Amino acid sequence: MMISNPGHSLERFLQTLPPDWPGGFWWHWLVFTVIIIAFVMTLVMGFIYIERRGMGRMQARLGPNRAGPFGLLQPVADAMKVLLKEDIIPDRADKIVYWLAPIVAFTPVLMIFTVVPFQGGALLADLNIGILYIVAISSVSTVGIFMAGWGSNSKYSLLGAMRMVAAVVSYEIPLVISIIGVVLIAGSLSLNQIVMAQTVPFILLQPLGFLLFFIGGCAEINRSPFDLMEADSELVAGFHTEYSGMKFAFFYLVEYAEALAISAIITTLFLGGWKGPLLPPWLWFLGKVIVVFFVMVWTRTTFPRVRIDQLMALAWKFLLPLALVNLFITGIEVLTWPTAWPWVMILVNIAIMVILVILWSRFFKLGWGRVEV
Amino acid sequence: MAIKTEPFVINIGPVHPSSHGFFRMRVTLDGEVIVDVEPVFGYLHRGIEKLAEERTYTGVIPLTDRLDYIASMSNNLAYVLAVEKLAGISVPERAEYLRVIMAELQRIAAYLIAVGAFLNECGAFFTPFLYMFREREKIVDLFEMVSGQRLLYNYMRVGGVSQDIPDEFLPALDKFVRQMPGFIDEYERLLKENEILLARAKGVGILTKENAINCSVSGPVLRASGVKWDIRKADPYSIYDRFDFEIPVGEVGDCYDRYRVRIEEMRQSLRIIEQATAQIPSGAVRSEVPHLVHPPVGEAYAHIEVPKGELGFYLVSDNSIAPYRCHVRPPSLINLTALRDMVIGWKLQDLIIIFGSIDITVGEVDR
Repeated sequence: MMISNPGHSLERFLQTLPPDWPGGFWWHWLVFTVIIIAFVMTLVMGFIYIERRGMGRMQARLGPNRAGPFGLLQPVADAMKVLLKEDIIPDRADKIVYWLAPIVAFTPVLMIFTVVPFQGGALLADLNIGILYIVAISSVSTVGIFMAGWGSNSKYSLLGAMRMVAAVVSYEIPLVISIIGVVLIAGSLSLNQIVMAQTVPFILLQPLGFLLFFIGGCAEINRSPFDLMEADSELVAGFHTEYSGMKFAFFYLVEYAEALAISAIITTLFLGGWKGPLLPPWLWFLGKVIVVFFVMVWTRTTFPRVRIDQLMALAWKFLLPLALVNLFITGIEVLTWPTAWPWVMILVNIAIMVILVILWSRFFKLGWGRVEV
Repeated sequence: MAIKTEPFVINIGPVHPSSHGFFRMRVTLDGEVIVDVEPVFGYLHRGIEKLAEERTYTGVIPLTDRLDYIASMSNNLAYVLAVEKLAGISVPERAEYLRVIMAELQRIAAYLIAVGAFLNECGAFFTPFLYMFREREKIVDLFEMVSGQRLLYNYMRVGGVSQDIPDEFLPALDKFVRQMPGFIDEYERLLKENEILLARAKGVGILTKENAINCSVSGPVLRASGVKWDIRKADPYSIYDRFDFEIPVGEVGDCYDRYRVRIEEMRQSLRIIEQATAQIPSGAVRSEVPHLVHPPVGEAYAHIEVPKGELGFYLVSDNSIAPYRCHVRPPSLINLTALRDMVIGWKLQDLIIIFGSIDITVGEVDR
């Protein structure tokens, strides 16, 4: 395979520097910051293209195909359009909060990627508490979104932001608990260590955890069917109704960067990260991220949207109990199971997942009509 | 500790993705729960009833196109039936069959939009909507063959229809009628048993039988509440008494029933079209009607079943070339009167889908 590997050449470049060279840390920092920003920006554009074209195909239409070959330049055209638009600040807005909100929302999303390994050891900071860091930092973005809803001084925005906060606070809990299963098996909080530990992808060992994480992740980043916060047919655009121009572009960026972040985390935790045969590791990582995102696009075009009380009920009555059960079972397995038979464990776990989900959905109905929460 | 809350007013519309045109609802919310809703309309008022008094009887037909602009064939039919009743004009057989075929095709097209828009408001991001537009496109192609238009057809005339169908029309119609049940099954597969759709639509926005009758609601909204009332059966106009079809009714009167009734009625419309194409005779498509109709002094009311409900035209003649008074009974407007009872106590998101399930066209609400 003669696919050039920027990761390797970068590593080699870093190895040529003397190890005790005082600038080593700063070089590392600089190079990876540039890589992360470039990675996020390009992949967000790629995601916008995949989403628009993919949705077009799924909806029996073509999708954008005018700008560039196969419409490949459509995200560029979109970005140009948004940048050239007038930047309107509503008269009654809380100017400082309104102005700060996009930055507060965007920065944490970018910071998630500091601990995501693009390939073996190729990450900005191999924190030994990586997962904890991600969980902590990704919540900060909500503050920015609530600032946007509050600062716009618009009722649509406020409603959207309220829904957002309620959803994120609820979904954080099953999300974190489903991660713990992975951490138990891997025996480390560092993302790099978790990838190393995956001799078989954890999606097989933790099928229920994966399901819970995927659902919770979709809700956390307002992807359909949990996109109540910017419900197009209800709240016009939710928290960013009043935003235009560059500030709107930032929120658009946040939306897709969050999708990218969740895809990257799912890839790292459950799909074996950069591991894979033949192709260079960074390409495996990229491919898996895109596949995960494609599944998100798929659900978006397929499902109707749930109601806010049903969203809450799903988090507290369905996901949380299942996450706890998953944690319990994983704990027992880690303690007692002989490590020699991973394949038996896979089958057992998949069976447990199927039984639990079917059993639980018999108890739990999304609730036709009025639901008390 | 109880947190002090107070209701606040939010404006849905006049320009809003789900307002089906320029329509505004002043909603009073307590958190997400609806305390009160007040529909405000008139943003699309064009004075069609008054304009009709200045036009000849034939010249009013294009105006009726613009009432419910997604079902203009049906509007044409209601109006020309009123004029024919007023002037005592008879219609050739072939024209009657053509009218029925067009009206039923129009019903399918309008229901496709109604169901698609409803599902879109449930949050199924445009997918069902665009799938249904794919089939509506075929109906619009058929209409283009006969009238040359794709939205405002202006096809019916006093005493018949404007022109005979081209030779390629009936084969194309046959093909459509053969294919359509498969497409309806496809929509059903996508969404009929979808858990989220059931959770969102089932039991939501219940309109009781009594309330529906008291509000004078008509069309699929009434039938979903369990009232077997369809003017095609209750007061057969044109030649509807010759066809064999069912009236699907709902059980509870919730959003899901209204969605189901529309889907079932599409199948029934296909049955009518099938029978009509089998029976259609040859001959003239328009009786000899003077260019300027002078109906005798008097009044007439004709009502038909359009996709939205009961559309009626009330015409008063003073023996001149223009109606002295033209009044429309718009089903969209009258169905809206039940909205407030349906939504109070539900959440903002439910308001959108209940409103969508009533299926209004603002062109008809405001006239």
